[in-house]
Amino acid sequence: MKFFMNTLKHLSWLLACCFILVSSSPAESIDSFTGEKGTLRISGGTAHIPVMKIAAQKIMDTHPDIQITIAGGGSGAGIKQVGEGLVQIGNSGRKASDAEIQKYELSLYKWAIDGVGTVVHPDNPVQALTSQQLQDIFAGKINNWKQLGGSDRAINVYTRDESSGTRSVFWKKALAKGDISPKAQFASSNGAMKTAVAKNPYAIGYMSVGYIDQSVAPVSLDGVRPDLETVKSGKYKVSRGLYSNTKGPATGLAEKFINYLLSPEGQNIVVQKGFVPVR
Amino acid sequence: MLGNDRIPKICLQTAAWGCASLTFGVLVFMAWLSIPVLRASDTVHILTLPWLPGQGQFGIGPMILGSLYISVLSLIMAAPVSFGAAIFIRITRPGTLGKFFQHLVEAMTAIPTVVYGFIGIFLIVPLIRETFVQGSGMCILSAAIMLSLVISPTMILIFSQSISSVPRQYTIAVEAMGATPAQKFLMIILPCAWKGILTGLILGFGRAVGDTLIALMISGNTIDFPRHILDSARTLTAHIALVTAADFDSMEFKTLFVCALTLYLLTCVGVFFARAAGKRQ
Repeated sequence: MKFFMNTLKHLSWLLACCFILVSSSPAESIDSFTGEKGTLRISGGTAHIPVMKIAAQKIMDTHPDIQITIAGGGSGAGIKQVGEGLVQIGNSGRKASDAEIQKYELSLYKWAIDGVGTVVHPDNPVQALTSQQLQDIFAGKINNWKQLGGSDRAINVYTRDESSGTRSVFWKKALAKGDISPKAQFASSNGAMKTAVAKNPYAIGYMSVGYIDQSVAPVSLDGVRPDLETVKSGKYKVSRGLYSNTKGPATGLAEKFINYLLSPEGQNIVVQKGFVPVR
Repeated sequence: MLGNDRIPKICLQTAAWGCASLTFGVLVFMAWLSIPVLRASDTVHILTLPWLPGQGQFGIGPMILGSLYISVLSLIMAAPVSFGAAIFIRITRPGTLGKFFQHLVEAMTAIPTVVYGFIGIFLIVPLIRETFVQGSGMCILSAAIMLSLVISPTMILIFSQSISSVPRQYTIAVEAMGATPAQKFLMIILPCAWKGILTGLILGFGRAVGDTLIALMISGNTIDFPRHILDSARTLTAHIALVTAADFDSMEFKTLFVCALTLYLLTCVGVFFARAAGKRQ
């Protein structure tokens, strides 16, 4: 029995190797990890996670000696943790500030472009707003869906905490740095935002376009619907780069991981997950 | 050579002193790190100002109130139910059914709070939203309901333990004198088990104040001062969880030590008052 199991193990190894050989045609693909071992720790922006997860899974499936861990925490946390050497890659959904770059000697790698879209519950009839209306909603000046042609219920505004890259982009480009009402509720990640809006018919929030699916409805802003196409063409203006940051130039596993994200295979995952590729 | 019984004694003493000094050390550490913040801004300001880091205002008053409202409300809801459950387990049905419920409650203590938080989002929040037709359903009431589920198992176990420690002779004697079950309960069991019940309440309160995930997931985390149980609120613990992502050197981050210190003191004050009330009894 044991002999049989061992043979099976060897056989599956052989198969895996064959698979790698077959799929190793494009340059800079997954086989650049061959012979590598160790742990790669990643944390930060939550918009990055869907792409990072798939990339990490693909690498770990074919290279069992490599361990990749991905944590959230938000853009601020990503920059801080990579700067302090707690992780090798810190993700941020905004460009790190000059002060941060200088302080931590960061190297920035942009591997996707992402829009930040306003979202409501799919049952909400209000699915188009002007910039002015959006700003008034978030400032608390418009506080009932009835004022916008919806049902007579209070608008539940959801926002993110100050260290969120998604928030900083939305606040700058969609809210024109306007006020956010103190009555606004807080979601702690893109995922938590989706749950909150998907479960509440009277909610309005904002999230990475890559996170938008059938459970929430995107809201057109000044007639432009936030999706992959409009972000790509530049028609939808509320967009930002998705960055992976390293302390100093990326080396070792971190460098290979970032190169993989920028490779055709990696950029494919970027498209698959609803983001705009950079190459 | 040391006597056989001295080694374990020394070990236990070291452990006890180690725990005590660690608890005290945490207090000193947080106080030490809070001093610069408290010195830079008036202590009153940190309690009265709103939380607007963009405008240089770092008030934590709303979070202190949020923590208090949610934990006290959950304690008010959980205490009577837990007490009833403990009586059921120990007095009304001490047999197989009681044992069964006791094991059930023991199992409940092991459920992680994130599970309760998740259930809260899908069951309690929509229910509250549609029942009261006000707000988003993510509010003090919803969080307190879920939190009372989290803290009740501990309370039930401690209550039932203290009820069972009431000497059997007392209850038999009072029964022999023809007391009704209610009289037996009020005259004998409650006074005898009072100390243990107090301990249960303190532990329940401590857990309620200290819990992070329930509040973070279902209380809405608004930075406004809460005025109504249907308002959203942010607790100190959820606040710390949300703000830790801020820059290490920033004022936002530094005020977190004040939050932690406040949490610590809040629990201490709770324990102190409960003990003081217990002594008077």
